[in-house]
Parts: sequence; structure tokens; C-alpha cells
Amino acid sequence: MSAAPEPILPIPSGTRDVLPDETRELREITESLRAVFEGHGYGEIYTPALEYEAVLGRAGDHAARPAYRLFDEAGQVLVLRADMTVPIARVASTRYAQAEPPLRFCYFAHCYRGVRPQRGQTRELLQAGIELIGAPAPQGTAEALTVLCHALSGCGLEGFRVGLGDASLYAALLSGLGVGNEDGARLLERLVHRDFVGLAEDVGALALSGADAEVLLSVPQVRGGPDVLDDLPGPVREAAAGLHSVHALLDPEVADRLIFDFGLVASFGYYTGAVFEVYDPALGAPLGGGGRYDELLGRFGRPLPAVGFALGVDRLHLALAGEERARAQAAAGGGGAR
Amino acid sequence: MTPMDGLIIAVPRGALFSDTLDLLDRLGRDTSEVRANDRKLLFTDIGVITMRPSDVPTYVEAGAADLGITGKDVLLEQAGPNAGRAARALYELYDLDYGRCEMVLATVAGDPDPAAEALRRLGVVRVATKYPRIAAAHLEGSGRQAEIVEVKGSVELAPLAGLAEAIVDLTATGTTLRENNLVIREHIATATARLIANPVAHKVKAKAIDELLEVLRAEL
Repeated sequence: MSAAPEPILPIPSGTRDVLPDETRELREITESLRAVFEGHGYGEIYTPALEYEAVLGRAGDHAARPAYRLFDEAGQVLVLRADMTVPIARVASTRYAQAEPPLRFCYFAHCYRGVRPQRGQTRELLQAGIELIGAPAPQGTAEALTVLCHALSGCGLEGFRVGLGDASLYAALLSGLGVGNEDGARLLERLVHRDFVGLAEDVGALALSGADAEVLLSVPQVRGGPDVLDDLPGPVREAAAGLHSVHALLDPEVADRLIFDFGLVASFGYYTGAVFEVYDPALGAPLGGGGRYDELLGRFGRPLPAVGFALGVDRLHLALAGEERARAQAAAGGGGAR
Repeated sequence: MTPMDGLIIAVPRGALFSDTLDLLDRLGRDTSEVRANDRKLLFTDIGVITMRPSDVPTYVEAGAADLGITGKDVLLEQAGPNAGRAARALYELYDLDYGRCEMVLATVAGDPDPAAEALRRLGVVRVATKYPRIAAAHLEGSGRQAEIVEVKGSVELAPLAGLAEAIVDLTATGTTLRENNLVIREHIATATARLIANPVAHKVKAKAIDELLEVLRAEL
């Protein structure tokens, strides 16, 4: 029998300590990413983890909602930032108010969210990402996707794919088929919850022709190579044309990574056009994502189109470790289930 | 060795087990080894792992399985609005339409209904259940105060022994309820077997999943 364990000194749920062996590996990842970001002309910036709620709140209700609030000595409400996109929109509108666009920034920063802690998802998460401000679609989007793929390759990830969709696509489809706002919101909610069974029920309850109902059900399940962009129903052709023009600007090594996905809905309401999500078969959850947010900067007083992405460094680390394990298994004679 | 399409499916043991194996046979996976082995859990040759139904979403969400089959009752309970948890990150792809059950609120037969009586006189009803989040959401949603008592075993016992006035439970035929002198007072939801998918597998293995769905639609 061992002695009773010492009482522990807890840390908040969803946070963790990172010790030297792991820190060395994380450092290697962030150094690789930084080299790629800097190589593409993205300058690294720091902003405060704490900001005024009233200032970040200008991003609107649909931005990542801060989960932690506190008061300063003057009674002002402070929040811990939930992402870096909104603070960088503030920086671009103030420190670079007169600068000639495009502006290119990268960051490595901890953000804070009230998520349910699970593998690779913590309440304090280290994000690595870029923001490209003042570069419209499709050129800006193509540049962001290119930097994204170079960055992931640069840190040694092999099997990754990038899902590319359009935040306005399903909404355009709904209004094109004459679905009212209230019904449409309910269908979008089903998509956000990835519930195709519920979507089928709700679409079935609408007074639509069989063909229109089929379009509402099948379009969000379309995903695959560039061939899925052809042969689409009228209302989504415009959004698809946007994706086509992005695709046409990409080098083959980047284009081959894409999965066009018409079911991809924006995780944050400030996304306006292209949205993307990063996958790796070695991890069951996305490594990160991004998209266009052409209207966000205007809320901070400098209307410029913009695009960016953020990667979860912990998840990237898990995916790299997963790929390494899969390679070792394959070398040992193909054992294991995958 | 994995099956041709490379998909790993989480299969629930229990009430949905035999219907699920029949379905897999029709989808071209030979499940005879699964049927012959009560103890074995992992069948890599046909891409099947077996587990209790409530563990299926956990394996699928983490990506340990690409697809899974489980009851809507399990999905509802794990996505319930209480306890402040976000819904699970899973695709609910298809209603397989077997294993049909009703989630109901039941009390001891007779008039007045003991649950209504408890609410009228004591202001709160005690509800025993294996589905605390579905039960809490249902009662809260209908404006009633409830004390949810979570039990792991035979729920029918609770009102008979005086632990609770009502139960929220899943019933297929109603036989167990009748045998215990309980009557259904309210229907909460209908539950059937659902096909669920990991969100990353749904994208990176889109072709294999869509092919399986197509066969499924033709078979059902």
C-alpha cells in the first residue's frame, strides 16, 4: 500500500501546463510556421490578451464570444480575447489607419474559449495564423490558402486536406428558392449542428416542390474535387463561380489539397465569402480554419476586404504525432486498423 | 487489414445489435465472425468495433471510428441543453428506421396522476430516469419543477418503491411498464437507429461514405 496521495494544487478546467519535452516539440512547429509566414511577408504581432469588451464587441454578436470577463480598477469590463482576428482588425484600423493596403500580419497567441475540454481542445488554446487585409477575393483568398498549405507542409504534415466552402452559399440557395427567413434560420441551425436527418424533416415540412426540396437536402452534402463545381442548381452557381476563380489561381500542389464542400457553414458570423477548414486523417477533429471577413474591418472604421486563418498548435502537434505513429506502424509491417 | 472502403464502423451491442449486423451483411460486410464471438470487440478485417450504444458517439467524435450506429435517444441525451455542454461534433447522416422506441413519461396507473398530484401539493415532481438531460429538458420546457433522480438499473422500480413519482424511459412495446402497473402519461420523442459520422472522416473519406449511403438508401 502506498501512502495517501499528496493534496493537489489544481488549475482551471480546460487549461494545462506544458513541460519541457512537449514545449521543445511545440517550439519546432511554431518555428517552422513562423518561417513560412515571414517568408510570405507576414509580420508577427502581439496584442494584449485582455481587451475592453466595448471595443472587441464592435465585431458584433456573431464573433467568437468571449467566455471570460473581469473588471479593471476603474470598473471597465475587460474580456480575454476569443480569437486574434478581431484584435488584429482593431490594430489595422488604428495603428495602420493611413497605411497602404494590403497589410500582412501573423501571430502566435493564446486565446480563451468556454468550450467543453476534450482532446486537443482546451479553454486556453495556442493559435497560429495570418490575416491578409486589403486583398479582395479571389486573389487574397488564393494567397491565404497558399500560405496555409505551405505552412502545414513546412512543419512536416503530409496527409492534410483543406475543405473550401462559401459562407453565403446556403443562404443564397434558401432565398433563391423563396424560403422565408424564419424557416431558413431553422435549416441553417440544422446544418450548423451537422444534423442531416433533422434537415430532411424540416425541409419535408416546407411547402416546396420535390425537386427544390431535393436541392436543399443534397447541396450541403456535396463535397469532393473541382468536378463538384460543375452542374449545380441556379441559385448556388454564383457562389460556385467564386470558388472556381479561387481554384484557377492556385498552384497544383495547393489545389490538390482542396475538398470543395458546400455543407461547410461559417463557424463565426463575420465570415462573408470563402470559408475553410483544415483536416488531417490522423486526427478526428479539424486542425483549424478560416475564411473571408470582408465586412469586419468596416465595423472598426477602416472598411477593407480581408481573409485569414488560424491553426490550433496543439491539434497540429497531435496530427503530426498521429502521422508519425501511422508511418511507424506501416514500416513495422502494416499492422493496426488504419 | 481493413475492408475495401477503409471505413471503421462503431456498432452498438444491445437492442440494436442484431438489426445492425443484418444491415452490415446487406452492405457487403460478412458479420459471421461478429455473431460467433460474444467476447471479442474488435473485428479489423471487416472494419467493425463493437461497444455499448452510449459509447458510440464518443468513439466516432474522437475519430477512433469513422461511422457509427446508435439510437436517437443516445444522441439526444448526449446533446441535451443542460449541463452547459456543447453538442457533440458529429454528423447525423441517416435515419435507419429500425429499433423504433418511444421516450415517455410514465407514472403509476390510477387517478389522480401521482406526478400531477406531487406538483400540485409539493410544487416539485421527482423523476427517476437513465436519461437525466432529456428528462430535465422535457420538464423544464413544459414549465414544471422537477427533481431528477438518476438511476442506472431498472427504472420501473423507482415509483413502486417510493423513490420518485414518475419515470422518463424508453419503451418499445410498453410491456414492462404494464407489468409494473405504470401508464404512459406523455410522449417525449421517437427514437430510431441513426447513422453518424466523424466530421473529418465525412470530408476526407467522402467518396466511401457516399457510396455506403447510396447502397443504404437502396436497401432501406
